[in-house]
Amino acid sequence: MNRVTPLFLIAGMLGLATAACAPSTSTSSAVGAVPASAVAAPSPDPRIGLRAGLFDAETAVWNLNVLSTTPPPNEFLGVTNSDLAFTGNYVIQGNYNGILVWDISNPRQPSLVVAYTCPASQNDVSVYQNLLFVSGEDFGARLDCGTEGVSEAVSAERFRGIRIFDISDIRNPRYITSVQTCRGSHTHTLLKDPNDNENVYIYVSGSAPVRPAEELPGCVAAPPSEDPNSALFRIEVIRVPVAHPEQAAIVSSPRIFQDLVAPETHGASPADLAEIEKAKARGAFVFQIQDQYQVLPDRYAARLLDSVVTARGGSGAPTSADSAALRDRIQAVIQQMVGRQPSGPRPGPSQCHDITVYPAIGLAGGACGGYGLLLDISDPVNPTRIGAVSDTNFSYWHSATINNDGTKILFSDEWGGGGGPKCRASDPMEWGADAIFTLENRQMRFKSYYKMPAAQTPEENCVAHNGSLIPIPGRDVMVQAWYQGGISVFDWTDAANPAEIAFHDRGPVNAAEMDDGGSWSVYWYNGVIVSSEIARGLDIFELTPSTYLSQNEIDASRSVKLDYFNVQGQQRFVWPTTFALARAYLDQLERSRGLAPDRLAAARASLASAEGASGEARRAPLSDLMAGLERDASRSSDAQKVRMLATTVRELAAAAR
Amino acid sequence: MSPRPQHPARALWPLIALLAAACAPSGGTQAAPGTTPAPAPTAQTAELEAIYRARADSARMRFTQADVHFFTGMIGHHAQALVMAALIPTHGASPALQTLGARITNAQQDEIALMQRWLRDRNQPVPTYEIEGITLTIHGADHAMHMPGMLTQDQLEQLDQARGQEFDRLFLSYMIQHHQGAVTMVDDLFQADGAAQSDAVFKLASDIQVDQRTEIARMKQMLETSNP
Repeated sequence: MNRVTPLFLIAGMLGLATAACAPSTSTSSAVGAVPASAVAAPSPDPRIGLRAGLFDAETAVWNLNVLSTTPPPNEFLGVTNSDLAFTGNYVIQGNYNGILVWDISNPRQPSLVVAYTCPASQNDVSVYQNLLFVSGEDFGARLDCGTEGVSEAVSAERFRGIRIFDISDIRNPRYITSVQTCRGSHTHTLLKDPNDNENVYIYVSGSAPVRPAEELPGCVAAPPSEDPNSALFRIEVIRVPVAHPEQAAIVSSPRIFQDLVAPETHGASPADLAEIEKAKARGAFVFQIQDQYQVLPDRYAARLLDSVVTARGGSGAPTSADSAALRDRIQAVIQQMVGRQPSGPRPGPSQCHDITVYPAIGLAGGACGGYGLLLDISDPVNPTRIGAVSDTNFSYWHSATINNDGTKILFSDEWGGGGGPKCRASDPMEWGADAIFTLENRQMRFKSYYKMPAAQTPEENCVAHNGSLIPIPGRDVMVQAWYQGGISVFDWTDAANPAEIAFHDRGPVNAAEMDDGGSWSVYWYNGVIVSSEIARGLDIFELTPSTYLSQNEIDASRSVKLDYFNVQGQQRFVWPTTFALARAYLDQLERSRGLAPDRLAAARASLASAEGASGEARRAPLSDLMAGLERDASRSSDAQKVRMLATTVRELAAAAR
Repeated sequence: MSPRPQHPARALWPLIALLAAACAPSGGTQAAPGTTPAPAPTAQTAELEAIYRARADSARMRFTQADVHFFTGMIGHHAQALVMAALIPTHGASPALQTLGARITNAQQDEIALMQRWLRDRNQPVPTYEIEGITLTIHGADHAMHMPGMLTQDQLEQLDQARGQEFDRLFLSYMIQHHQGAVTMVDDLFQADGAAQSDAVFKLASDIQVDQRTEIARMKQMLETSNP
């Protein structure tokens, strides 16, 4: 990016009102494979007007089944529950008072395995094999996990950084060591490099103030312009030898923000582009600054046209030739008025909030201050920035999610830090929301915003927060926490038209004034959806079939099994070859009308007869079906999906015994 | 003190089962949205709530005079940002500044409410403010006008006189000054012995700092690119 010419500059110079570049609040209901007419959201929205209560609030639920809701153990009750990590049948839940481990073998009745007291905020957790990693950033956390706090401004007792535990015996976590960092760790990201089985890497995101050098030698609070060793404007990379976690140490401090001069823009959304086309059609003058198209308001167009007339020595009304001349030159004219190089490199944001790595494709999304970054992580110790976006509607870039194909990236904006009620009817739908980008040739292109659509009360802290993908094959579906806005499941297969397809919400914790609460994190893990409720404990859900999500799609998602899961270290979902997978694709083709009804019926019949048979009796109908599908694909409006189905059917046939 | 694993031998199960039952959606609603009425409070939920409230109450009482001083001052500090932002609609500001101003107003009003609540919950005097044009009156916080970054009345008048591009430029310069003052206030708080020990204070103060740092970077960029 070599020039920065924000819109307001033009506005300032010309004093004109720029064309509306805010995306329209799209009401489109396209749901990925669902035709555009599809989603009939419940009306009136049952989330509005829910009665308050701490453990007895009224709830609203749509297309989800609540399997269990479990309060924290008494010693942890009244203390903030934070992030989640998963290993085997266990959920590890951070709490500002320590760590809770739940056995969710029976998700209807989670059982507490251990409540480990070790206070820190936020106690964000990650897990890898026998190792558990925990973030701390506040001033009261102690190296020895004590509860008495640290009252001195400089203290050798203080812990800020990453704690490492051995959970070989998960009932008895063993505190191995801690790696102290200059700004502590607000969150962290566990990176398992596919080419390195000896080590895992921890990217530390710290946003709190730099500690004094007297407390941790080498920490420098001065900016890099004054001291090249500044702890600002960098992340820390910790290498953890898996066999010797006690040797974990910081190995690099990449300055991934250096010289960041991305403009305050996300580029044009499809809605913006439609507006521009309309303006062009009515003869308006259109120009482009950075990625943003702008319409020249009529009165300024008139002024510029007059100057064209004057320049040719004419007088009176401009002719169509004058209009054409201006149209040819409008871009150059604007460029001349506003063009100017920025005066030098700037250091960009001083920290990231979250980095989500997707090692299978060598990319990471960094949500960093005022920017969303795209990072190349093929060298885990030296991540490099390959793209950056920013957005006037975004306050604070909080986290990133990449879709399974690596063709889209979603960033969320935790406007207000999560303690504010940012989902009131008066809060814009573009603020405190998600921004969805396509990812093509490592370029991010803005498509739309998504915000949980039900207005919440001023007594409910609510803004975009942590979520994860749900492995619905052939679609991009995600579940996301919105604090007291509850949890929202949405489809973003069509990046320009995300649509909500399920939700759960409670009334406020307190009817009279805002008490912190709501879902901090909600993640899919091996068939269930687990939510860490700040005040109320652990909630577990399952998806229920609806018009927008079939039982077959749910069954196919349940066939995906992970050994462990940290949301910031995305693993690629791979669907085993099952009849449910084939039927899921068929259901999607029914929705998209990518197959004619008679072909759908025939395909379903073939699958049914094959599933009930074995050997050749199974193989034959599958082979016939496959041949038919290959013909269908050439005629289908959804050829790609038909081919995905054909591939699954071929694999089913090959596996027939 | 060493870490203390605690195993849950407590008889929580009846309660958990009860809560689970209470929150399960009613059968047969399928795709139709379900609203589950609030379960009637029971002895168990009442007991849980009592423990929750008691713990929250005791955490609430963990604060220092430095924390009180910080919030008391920051309320007035934030109020001045509201005075500045209120000028935006009538002073020919650019659309980008309109957006920024609307977000500053929204954010600072919400944070003021949180800080007033924090003080009220701890039985501390709660500052209030009145805004009339560019005159800000703060009641109950003598030091608020002397906080780092506060604009002088002369600066506010200068801002009020400006229009269009000049207003944008002045607003950004002054708001950067103002926000940097808030960042300094948080740094000072964090350097005080015993301050920001409670989660509530640490979170509120660090959220303020992170938001304002991010906004300063954004405003610097806006300012830099707007200077001809």
